[in-house]
Amino acid sequence: MAGKPGEPRFDGRGGKWIGASVRRREDPRLVTGRGRFVDDIHLHGMLHAGFVRATVAHGKITGLDLGAAREVDGVVAAYSAEDLQLGDMVALLDRPPEEFTPTTMPILARGKVRFVGEPVALVVAKDPYAVEDGIEAAQVSYEVLDAVVSEETALAEDAPLVHEDAPNNVLLDVTAFDTPGVDEAFADGCVIELVTRSGRQNALPLETRGAVASWDDRDEQLLVQTCSQVPHQVRTVLARSLRIPERSVRVVVPDMGGGFGQKCVVGREEIAVAAAAKLLRRPVKWIEDRSEALASGFLAREQRYRTRAAFTPEGELTALESDIVCDMGAYSCYPFTVGIEPLMAAAEMPSVYRVPAYRVRARAITSNKAPTAPYRGVSRPQYVMVMERIMDLAARKLGLDPVEIRRRNVITEFPYTGINKVTYDPGSYLESLELGEKILRDEGWYDLREKNPYIGIGYSCFSERTGYGSEAFAKRKMTVVPGFDVSEIRMDLTGSVVVTSGTINHGQSHETTFAQIVAERLGVDLAKVKLRQGDTERISYGWGTFASRSVTIGGSAVATAATRLGEQLCVIAAHLMDTRVENVGLDGDGGVIQLDDPSQRLSFEEIADVAYLRSHLLPKEAEPTLTATAAFDVPGDGTFSNATHAVVVEADPGTGQVKILRYACVEDCGVVINPKVVDGQARGGIAQGIAGALFEEVTYAENGEPSAASFIDYLVPTAAEIPDITVDHLETPCAFTESGAKGAGEGGTIGAPAAVLNAVNDLLWHTGVQLEQTPIHPESVLAALAAADREKAGTGA
Amino acid sequence: MTDKQLIVLTVNGEEHELLVEPRWTLLDVLRHNVGLTGTHVGCEHGVCGACTILVDGEPVRACLMYAVQAEGCAIRTVEDLGTPEEPNDLQQAFSEHHGLQCGFCTPGFLMLAEGFLAQEPSPTRDEIRETVSSNLCRCTGYQTIVDAIEATAAKRAAESARKEDAVR
Repeated sequence: MAGKPGEPRFDGRGGKWIGASVRRREDPRLVTGRGRFVDDIHLHGMLHAGFVRATVAHGKITGLDLGAAREVDGVVAAYSAEDLQLGDMVALLDRPPEEFTPTTMPILARGKVRFVGEPVALVVAKDPYAVEDGIEAAQVSYEVLDAVVSEETALAEDAPLVHEDAPNNVLLDVTAFDTPGVDEAFADGCVIELVTRSGRQNALPLETRGAVASWDDRDEQLLVQTCSQVPHQVRTVLARSLRIPERSVRVVVPDMGGGFGQKCVVGREEIAVAAAAKLLRRPVKWIEDRSEALASGFLAREQRYRTRAAFTPEGELTALESDIVCDMGAYSCYPFTVGIEPLMAAAEMPSVYRVPAYRVRARAITSNKAPTAPYRGVSRPQYVMVMERIMDLAARKLGLDPVEIRRRNVITEFPYTGINKVTYDPGSYLESLELGEKILRDEGWYDLREKNPYIGIGYSCFSERTGYGSEAFAKRKMTVVPGFDVSEIRMDLTGSVVVTSGTINHGQSHETTFAQIVAERLGVDLAKVKLRQGDTERISYGWGTFASRSVTIGGSAVATAATRLGEQLCVIAAHLMDTRVENVGLDGDGGVIQLDDPSQRLSFEEIADVAYLRSHLLPKEAEPTLTATAAFDVPGDGTFSNATHAVVVEADPGTGQVKILRYACVEDCGVVINPKVVDGQARGGIAQGIAGALFEEVTYAENGEPSAASFIDYLVPTAAEIPDITVDHLETPCAFTESGAKGAGEGGTIGAPAAVLNAVNDLLWHTGVQLEQTPIHPESVLAALAAADREKAGTGA
Repeated sequence: MTDKQLIVLTVNGEEHELLVEPRWTLLDVLRHNVGLTGTHVGCEHGVCGACTILVDGEPVRACLMYAVQAEGCAIRTVEDLGTPEEPNDLQQAFSEHHGLQCGFCTPGFLMLAEGFLAQEPSPTRDEIRETVSSNLCRCTGYQTIVDAIEATAAKRAAESARKEDAVR
């Protein structure tokens, strides 16, 4: 793909590497068991840590005695909040008191516990078995208080208060976009009303959380090796909590066994373990066990929407109104706060449709449940479910086909600024919808559905804002505003390139796709490029990986740094070839050529030789060595990926179980850098969406005890439940990311619950029952089918 | 202090003398005492399968077995399959089919498949899917894991047919 002579190659969009399903760079170590995950790290003299955790959901700590724990064989130390004296974690929004109530999260519980599993004390011992012995010997007593476990108990007049300074247990209450015309539209339109609910879920990375902390006397620095999506934010909180300078903390992220958002907030445990390592001057390792992860890890998704939508007789959506309540659990997570779910839902609920009038109230309530963190999709699986249910219900009411009513409402002209003041960049909403329908029609699923009453078809059409920049997050009024990313690139004497990024690979294949971006930009072989991430010492600051930001923002920073390095190479080469810089260009094959005489060429190695070993030959305008840095932020409202999911399900009339017969995904994430990787993100995301639609939920007893402390009770779907999924790609390039790519991380999870729920309701329509809740329980399906059968048989209940 | 016992474990053809507590799981001993960290800890209650290894050829959850129970057995872990430079056919297939993302569950799936294919050299896709449903993966949606195992089975069948032809 050598650039045509006469054309300097700084564009690097499309060509040899971008768009190729190259084999992943991560794989050789991971398939041979040679990856390095946190639990694989073993340091000399290392101790192990575990937490004494609250056994009641809500209670005053009336006694805490660690004496017996300290006496246990192998136990080295045990610490309470009083022993460690750490600063609290505080996540704030810049909103008035009537909208937002700040709360703090202590590192270890002080005075009171607010959920089952809350860390109360830390036990450090010589091996993990002795840690368990020590935890068992710890004595904690509580005065049990009534627990807040639902919207009803939280908002009741005499409700017990989770936080004394949060009246009514409401931490966020925002009414927004109260536009003219809402009430008028409801007065004379066809009105759909519905209440939807979604269960509390665990993002459930297969690698639980964990950290190894050690103090380095030479560097006067804490080294914290932790599986975090946001190492710089961990550093910031650690430094504040331990009251030490940020330079005294280094956070390193090794290989990471998934995160899905659960690891993009700072965990209290990693702070406590670091404090212990600093006190003891010995390495301390903490690995969360599965029951801790299930009962007390960050959770997500427990939401309720009370929604009304008005339509014209022709099926045109005229107004939308929703009251949203998100149960955010016991604490505000850092840095996102309890606003993460309700504010996302309120801002983006209109989804891919033209909504002329909109009013929304979004609340975050606090309860005696494990706190929430962003989980893949964040609120979008929920509001998309609402919007897609509204479309199907309106279609039924108006006698329209479900695809047709979407066709009449979907945004088709871009850029489009919605009633929610969000500007959507170009996408293929209608095209994806039509292709999704065509796939099911061509394959004969509609015919099969005619013949089999237990088969239903469902769609979801949606977009996903990806790569939120600082402007987008600032709109949310966060006081800590994520956004930019930085990159540094270096070329060595052998022409090899090391590029660093503030993003964190934990399954997304950054080592491969970022290398593809750099190889394309610089015109070097992929094998010459190595990505380094996950070390706060390697880069000034970064925001890590979440919100499908890595390729859009991190990838753009990397591409820009590569461009700058390419320019340096050209400046030096032009000087050495005794020509003007305008007369040289990268040749796409590891060298710089003279444009008017391509036979004149210097390889990168030859240029590097001068830059490092014979710097006296450099031109005045070039500095020795070959390095470049770049920062990138997504402007405005960011970029929107989109997709349509088309699903066929069959219900078992004997058990009510729902089986997915066909799952088609038509997605558009702009320029596809590596098709296999994007397919993998879509399929894996869909599997998690199906999990939410049909299987997974953490429920709580009235006293706040969580139901799911093992995989026996928390139903993670296996290969027996997740079907084969086809993924078709449309490509609407993003105008303002360097590679033209949009994010591809979350769409699968966003679209699946809506499509599956619509398909189930399609087959249930004749029963008169519609389900508006996930997960869809087999017994609900069975009850609906059985009631209809009884009616048919004339024995109606 | 719990009493310790001296045991000998045969792991990947190599003998290891180990002083262990009876309550230590085979998983912990492989990782902490033998030093083979390719076998991962996912749930410690036998459901996720991240710790699947082969004990006398059978896929076994290393978290559900005590180290002292494994004396005299032939233990195989992911480290025995291949190296980054020379991965075995199954490992290559996982990479080719994008059968892994974060890679945390992968050693468990590899050992599960290795044991399964030894017992059932020509499985149907449904049989593979059924076996794959023994373990949990949170990243891939399983399809590409099934693809990788299916492709390996087909390749191995073709190779053994070729060898038989050569013998005839």
